[in-house]
Amino acid sequence: MKIAVCIKQVPNTEARLRVSRDGRWLEEEDLPFVINESDEYALEEGLQLAEKTGGEVVVLSLGPERVKEALRKTLALGAARAVHLADPAFLGGDALATGRALAAAVRRDSFDLVLTGSQSDDLGYGATGSVLAGWLGWPHVWLVMGVELEAGNKAVKVTREMESGVNEISRVPLPAVLEIQAGINHPRYASLKGIMAAKKKEIASLSPADLGLDAGQVGAAAARLEIVSVAFPQTGSGAQMISGDPKQAAATLVEKLQKEARVL
Amino acid sequence: MASRVWVVVQLRDGQVSRISREAIAAAQRLAGTLGGKAEAVVLGGGVTEAAADIARADLAAVHVAEHEALRAYTPGGWIGALGPAIREAQPAYVVFPHTYQSVDFVPRLAQTVNAGLLPEVTGFAPGEGGGGDLLWTRPILGGKMQAKVRVKGEGTVLVSVQSGAFPADGVAMGAAGGGAPVQPLAVDLSGLQPDREILGYEEVGGDQVDLTKADIIVAVGRGVGGADKLGPVEDLAKALGAEIGASRPVIDNGWLPRDRQIGSSGQTVAPKLYIAAGISGAIQHLVGMKGSSVVVAINKDPGAPIFTVADYGIVGDLHEVLPALAEAVRAAKG
Repeated sequence: MKIAVCIKQVPNTEARLRVSRDGRWLEEEDLPFVINESDEYALEEGLQLAEKTGGEVVVLSLGPERVKEALRKTLALGAARAVHLADPAFLGGDALATGRALAAAVRRDSFDLVLTGSQSDDLGYGATGSVLAGWLGWPHVWLVMGVELEAGNKAVKVTREMESGVNEISRVPLPAVLEIQAGINHPRYASLKGIMAAKKKEIASLSPADLGLDAGQVGAAAARLEIVSVAFPQTGSGAQMISGDPKQAAATLVEKLQKEARVL
Repeated sequence: MASRVWVVVQLRDGQVSRISREAIAAAQRLAGTLGGKAEAVVLGGGVTEAAADIARADLAAVHVAEHEALRAYTPGGWIGALGPAIREAQPAYVVFPHTYQSVDFVPRLAQTVNAGLLPEVTGFAPGEGGGGDLLWTRPILGGKMQAKVRVKGEGTVLVSVQSGAFPADGVAMGAAGGGAPVQPLAVDLSGLQPDREILGYEEVGGDQVDLTKADIIVAVGRGVGGADKLGPVEDLAKALGAEIGASRPVIDNGWLPRDRQIGSSGQTVAPKLYIAAGISGAIQHLVGMKGSSVVVAINKDPGAPIFTVADYGIVGDLHEVLPALAEAVRAAKG
């Protein structure tokens, strides 16, 4: 099976975040970037399916130059090659614009399956994979917790997570787009051999023209959403913050839980 | 004519879910801001009773799409019914509750009808542009920050509203004895095609541990650092006579069994005391515990969103704070 995996490089949210000077996004200087968490699980799922069927994984990503580092990592993990939508015209899109560009890139090849993460850890639209599926005219499932290939590789049995601890089990014909939930598998680590091999693998850079799209059909030019400002919510707006070393803080807390909140 | 605002109501076991009532409240406020009255849409098989219930709210109409192919939810069925209806009526906004079901089909619906897509909003306010210009608020970076967002361009916008953002008791009810007219959604349903074959539904984990009845819960998150580092958590739970719960990453990593999970895909709890240790406070976790009477948050990141919903907060390493807390509890209980 030939499998496309779409990944996004996102800020490491554990790092110290600062608002950029124009107030519209994060200050990206010195900000560490990582592969989006659920995308790592999508890649692992793709690698396992490719190994099972003697196929290959091609990784696609849209973003600026720094994204090459994330793509190189996926090649070290076992992807055969990578496609980078690197042109600045692609940047600043919403899920609709990004999904359209990725669909055009997927269409250049003949894939049996597209895997994406379920949601980005930065903008969190949870929508790009479904939009991509819409442009391809393929069925999609969001928040996938299980993928089982049917004999003959023409359909998959898919487990979709619903609310309150219930899963939906469905059968979906291929080709399809599956948006993978974190926790579906155990992503592998790169081996030294993999890291060496990755250096020789291809990362192709594509422009809108390569995809048959005008610059006005992608990125910020095509987006229906515009971020006007970003800000931190007020910390502890409801909470009484208790200071002191752990021992003092613990004693103060227990006293408050007894006398003020009366729950102990 | 004023811009039309629709709200698509999601049913759960044939009933209007709480978050759908919240979506109705949001749509009423939005329609009011734009100078009109909201209309509801409900899809399914056998939804007459639910439609009558929805019609008690102050709405211009309740549009019903009843069809055998809508008895079980599929994106193909939902988009097949809503897509042509939206194209025909051209509402300015269609409001959805932000549920796992909505996220499954609404993005593709936006792509299908060439609408704008604005997921998971928590509020809106008039913008500086006047007229219908609105500034929307939505969480980014897992709730660590908020973004103010504006919609550009022409045409329908599909909006989903986050759980808890627009209180359900804010739904304006219609005049007594009145009720909004219930009418069929003006759309041809004969060609509806499910795009996945539903084989069934399964319960996850079996809920061997019922956390919903616990008086006190000590819940841990990713910050605990591993299955071998749960000692202080277990010790504090023992000192308090509490149950142990966890946020999703702990379960995904296999540090605790799935029946300990609290949040949108786990259990919804409302103890009198909830101690969240090493939990950042993603919305998926918050929806499962915000009914707790008193919330204590312990996290080494002072910017963690969990502090915004807590009553008491301690910034610190849970591996230092929890043992001190267990000791203080034992001392207080004598």
